[in-house]
Amino acid sequence: MDATAAAYIGAGLACLGMLGAAIGVGIIFGNFLNGAMRNPSAAPGQFGNLIFGFAVTEALGIFSLLIAILLLFVVPK
Amino acid sequence: MANDPIHQFHIEPMLEFSVAGYDASFTNASLAMVGGAVLAALFFNWAMKPAAMVPGRAQVVAEGAYGFIHGMLKDAAGTEGVKKFLPFVFTLFLFIFMSNMLGMFPGVFGIHHIFTPTSQIVVTAALALLVFFTVIIVGFAKNGLKFFKLFAPSGVPIYILWFVIIIEVISFFSRPLSHAVRLWANILAGHILLKVFAGFVPALAGLGLVGILGASLPLAMTVALYGLEFLVAFLQAYVFAILTCIYLNDALHPGH
Repeated sequence: MDATAAAYIGAGLACLGMLGAAIGVGIIFGNFLNGAMRNPSAAPGQFGNLIFGFAVTEALGIFSLLIAILLLFVVPK
Repeated sequence: MANDPIHQFHIEPMLEFSVAGYDASFTNASLAMVGGAVLAALFFNWAMKPAAMVPGRAQVVAEGAYGFIHGMLKDAAGTEGVKKFLPFVFTLFLFIFMSNMLGMFPGVFGIHHIFTPTSQIVVTAALALLVFFTVIIVGFAKNGLKFFKLFAPSGVPIYILWFVIIIEVISFFSRPLSHAVRLWANILAGHILLKVFAGFVPALAGLGLVGILGASLPLAMTVALYGLEFLVAFLQAYVFAILTCIYLNDALHPGH
């Protein structure tokens, strides 16, 4: 297998990392809704925390995207 | 190729000149950035000109935006943070928000499309590094060497402290990376997605009557995605600003 093919396969595999971020983001918003339905009056005050948790979780998916982009465009073929 | 989804990110120089051998041309990206900043400044000057006790419609928008960022910064970094950093965070938020929103225009005045500056990593990386170095400089200026307490949270048992410090250091230095790439990747992916779906419409409509009927599906999808992208444009500006607030809070109160 030549290096170009390996880089493309690696980029595809790196995107699997987004699966974890997707599950994490789903858990965050699902649990937020769960809590918000139980106590709707407290929900608006937690919006900032919700977005912060979402952003930090999403960062890990972004790192895998970055690896994919590095493999596609930066690794010499 | 007209349907090329990447073509929208091409930088075209409008006014070519160079400074000390470096290409410093005024490009369509520069135009979009200057346009966003000038529009925001003009709007706020115009909206706050009456400075009425009972605000008009424009003044409500301007005051609402101000109060929104004020509340966010106060929640994250306290009164001290508001005193020091409100102009900085408000400017960052407005600049990113205007860049994202202007980029949503498909095209005006014969211009093929309006460039989205935040779809270039060099722009978002510059903004993220600005925040990163502001945190470091303010942190050391205000706390001196106590700023290193940021890496050693209080109350951690001593035998896992070394491990926590390693994790904290890595997370501190990966902040500008994720800060920049989050905004960039979201805007880039969104704009490519829009153009790909929009490209399905003429491709299907070229197939005759059945194709024209079928083309209504990707057309409706494009409209729906456009709505979603407006949400993303706001949300990413908001996320960038709230993360800036949280990072600035670390500079002011590093002891967790």
